Amino acid sequence: MRVFDIRKDSLETIRKYENRNEEIEIKGCLGERYIGCAMRNGILHVKGTPGNGLASYLDGGTIYVDGNAQDATADTMNAGLVAVRGSAGDALAYGMRSGRVYVLGDAGYRAGVHMKAYEENRSILVIGGRSGSFLGEYLAGGIIIVLGLGHEGENITGYFCGNGMYAGTIYLRTETTPLNLSDKLIKRSVGDEEKANVLRPILSDFASVFSVSEEECLSGSFMAIEADKAKSYSQLYAAV
Amino acid sequence: MKREGEIRISSGCAISGIFCRDGSRITAEAIKKSIAVMHNRSNGLGGGFAGYGIYPQYRDFYALHIFYDSQSSREETERFLDRRFDIINLSKIPVRQTSKISDAPLIWRYFITPLPHLLQDSQLDENEYTSRAMIAINNSIEGAYAVSCGKDMGVFKAVGYPEDVADFYRLEEYEGYSWTAHGRYPTNTPGWWAGSHPFSLLDLTVVHNGEISSYDANRRSVEMYGYSCNLLTDTEVITYILDYLTRKQGLTLREASEVIAAPFWSTIAAKDEDERSRLAYLRKMFSSFLVTGPFSILVGFDGGMMALNDRLKLRSLVAAEKGRTVYFSSEEAAIRAIEENPDKVWAPRGGEAVIVTLDGEKR
Repeated sequence: MRVFDIRKDSLETIRKYENRNEEIEIKGCLGERYIGCAMRNGILHVKGTPGNGLASYLDGGTIYVDGNAQDATADTMNAGLVAVRGSAGDALAYGMRSGRVYVLGDAGYRAGVHMKAYEENRSILVIGGRSGSFLGEYLAGGIIIVLGLGHEGENITGYFCGNGMYAGTIYLRTETTPLNLSDKLIKRSVGDEEKANVLRPILSDFASVFSVSEEECLSGSFMAIEADKAKSYSQLYAAV
Repeated sequence: MKREGEIRISSGCAISGIFCRDGSRITAEAIKKSIAVMHNRSNGLGGGFAGYGIYPQYRDFYALHIFYDSQSSREETERFLDRRFDIINLSKIPVRQTSKISDAPLIWRYFITPLPHLLQDSQLDENEYTSRAMIAINNSIEGAYAVSCGKDMGVFKAVGYPEDVADFYRLEEYEGYSWTAHGRYPTNTPGWWAGSHPFSLLDLTVVHNGEISSYDANRRSVEMYGYSCNLLTDTEVITYILDYLTRKQGLTLREASEVIAAPFWSTIAAKDEDERSRLAYLRKMFSSFLVTGPFSILVGFDGGMMALNDRLKLRSLVAAEKGRTVYFSSEEAAIRAIEENPDKVWAPRGGEAVIVTLDGEKR
């Protein structure tokens, strides 16, 4: 594995070794922006605290972050896997189009804002801890799962969960209804079949990436939040 | 120069703060290192610092930092001060010439105390007496800008990147228990010396990342109470609102935060009855001081610091603790740069103030 020290090797130098289907480590990160931006293949291990826009436009390959990630991680990501062992900042997976984003810790405000799914592409965002407010705001497709590991019985999503979402599904491992949930959303409990078919494959993968217990991730009851198809947004701002 | 709203410059900003709750005094080197990590968030059109506990030998006197455009504005200001205050000490603020900072105004520092008989005749307390004088200087003396006027604290700001501003003011020679810093990327208004952050009145200072949509409504309201917004930047109004709410209305800082970043009515509706009526009272009573639009701010004051986000959290803010020291910053990396292994790192929620004070003090 090739190891780079970002304090000595510039991001431009490091970038030359991306997309060669190699395994690379970047150590000493301290706020450098756009690490792994638009990477297409290979494996990137990130040590330290990477800056905003990590894995933006990611187009394949895998990025592992040991510590915490800052804002706008996986912005407009297209394919691949981003796995953050610590926490992530605001606007995680903003406008993500496909691929997987796994965060073992907490996520900031607006995680999964305007995530999408189209044709065979489906965005998947899993947050092991809690998320900030406006989780899945304007969600247009894909799946968001918040596990709230270690926060059982607490609020795990803040305020305005799913505000403005019109497609996709938010799964929450909790029995507590999110605070001030919009009346344009419906909340339902997740049955065993859906849990086995939809959640288990994703959480099994999530658990193996971080070497945590799959059964713990799946334990307890899940609720799903989706847009109420009977209440469209078409007339929200102006009568057509 | 054009006023706020008359000019628009496309754009971000960076803020950082260090507070030693045990009162230990540190030089500005740590805060400089922290804000420098976020160099790319600013564009060289403004940088500044506020330090507290930096003038222990003069702690009973108001420390006045003033920018002058000319010697005549200095002479006029000194005549103005001489009629109202005892000037204990005056000097130029020592600076280090650097090619990175240019077009510096004349930068002077005064340690002053109100003339006792005039203070008594005015029937004002010394803070009000002094703040009125500062507002008068900024408002009526051409080419004079009082940039800070609190006790045992000071604001050091300029046009330039913050790390260069620290070098310019030789901030490594100052020691304080509390430091805030700002790197500016002006949106809407010009980058000029007095318009850099922090903004201050008495011991209160504000550094701000964001843009206030309610600026003009807030300005009109606060100007009804004797303040004057003439530094051409939206942040100035937050400083005066906080001074008005805490010093004149007697609100606690937490209450003031619940006025400027008031929770949504739907959020208030979900609270228990006592909390509901308290929050509704603050929203209704001080509705014109609701600050909308994105902001993350650090408020420095005598003996403490407050960090606050707008209620939608449209700007980033990270907090951390190590022992008795508390850190705030726009980016976690800026904290890790000076404290690699904090005991705790967290992101305060939108509209939820984090207030830290010196051990044994409460505000």
